[in-house]
Amino acid sequence: MISLTSPVETWAHRIPAGAKLLALSIATLALFLLEPFMIAVATLAVAVLYLSAGLTFAAQGLRHLRMLWPFLLLIAVWHGVTGQAQAGAAIALRLLAALALANFVTMTTRLTDMIAIMTWLLAPLRRLGLSTRAVELAIAMVLRFTPMLVENGQRLAMSWRARSRRRPGWRIVMPMAALALDDADHVAEALRARGGILPDIHRRN
Amino acid sequence: MERNMTRIALFAALIAALGLIPSLTLAFGVPITAQSMGVMLAGAILGARRGALAVLLFMALVALGLPLLAGGRGGLGAFVAPTSGFFLGWPVAAFVIGLIVERWRTGPLAVTVAMASIIGGIVVMYGFGIVGMSIALNKTLAECAALVTAFLPGDLIKAVLTGLITQALARSRPASLLSRP
Repeated sequence: MISLTSPVETWAHRIPAGAKLLALSIATLALFLLEPFMIAVATLAVAVLYLSAGLTFAAQGLRHLRMLWPFLLLIAVWHGVTGQAQAGAAIALRLLAALALANFVTMTTRLTDMIAIMTWLLAPLRRLGLSTRAVELAIAMVLRFTPMLVENGQRLAMSWRARSRRRPGWRIVMPMAALALDDADHVAEALRARGGILPDIHRRN
Repeated sequence: MERNMTRIALFAALIAALGLIPSLTLAFGVPITAQSMGVMLAGAILGARRGALAVLLFMALVALGLPLLAGGRGGLGAFVAPTSGFFLGWPVAAFVIGLIVERWRTGPLAVTVAMASIIGGIVVMYGFGIVGMSIALNKTLAECAALVTAFLPGDLIKAVLTGLITQALARSRPASLLSRP
């Protein structure tokens, strides 16, 4: 599966993921505390951040912001009617800046680096004696099985079309769920046959 | 242990798959995303604890940067958008739905699951969604509550369909309904 990491190599790709996440948390929090004028400055800074990574990268980033347009429209109408244009602009810019910053970190951090961060975050659980292997294995399984379940769904939709003139709808979700549960049982058996997911814990049965 | 883990993982994958299948038309030709129905199904079929874990696992993968949300969205941006409140409410919704289906054993299953999905997937999830939206848009809770009513018809349809799907699964394969062992 393709992650949202940008294929355009930028300087930000080389910054450690942990540092970027920490900076993102602080910056997002700050966006909610800043005065309207400072929000505008911050938004400009985010735009500069994107442009510093190149035009192709910035255009990609802009596409990821498209989901905001209904909200921006809503704010424009709302504050246009109530006549609080400045407050409306601040809210709109904050929405844009917060989403753009979060996307920036996602676009410049490789999946492996993000997984490394998550393993690090789970470390306290290991200290407590809990195995985090199950979590790591589960992540790998979702990555592997999602395309397979999509394929199952498409096959079910196709066989529906072969028999009916109507469009396949929610009815194919039931067999999709049933097939997923079957697969889960098969994989569980295979894992058990290979020693299970907790080989470090002594099994009694 | 293995079985619980693989079921949680496969359901997380199912939630992802339901968002990725293009134009899975649910009812009346209205193209609404089936993804939040996956959350309802996770609670109803897997039960409270496993259902919530499946949703959390899915959310972790979105946070890692995978485009698993409907429309190919994902990444950390999913947690700071105006609609992120709904997203953050997903595991709680799945848990509440699972809990209701586990405990409320009288009456037809389809009705119980549909009611559970309305309580968990609409009342609880909208609670989170409205708070999130009010923070992001700087509007009062009442104003945001009025805005989210636009999603209500679609989610009511999904709740009813979750009931019908769960009932069909339980009828054809009773062992699959893990919320009611």
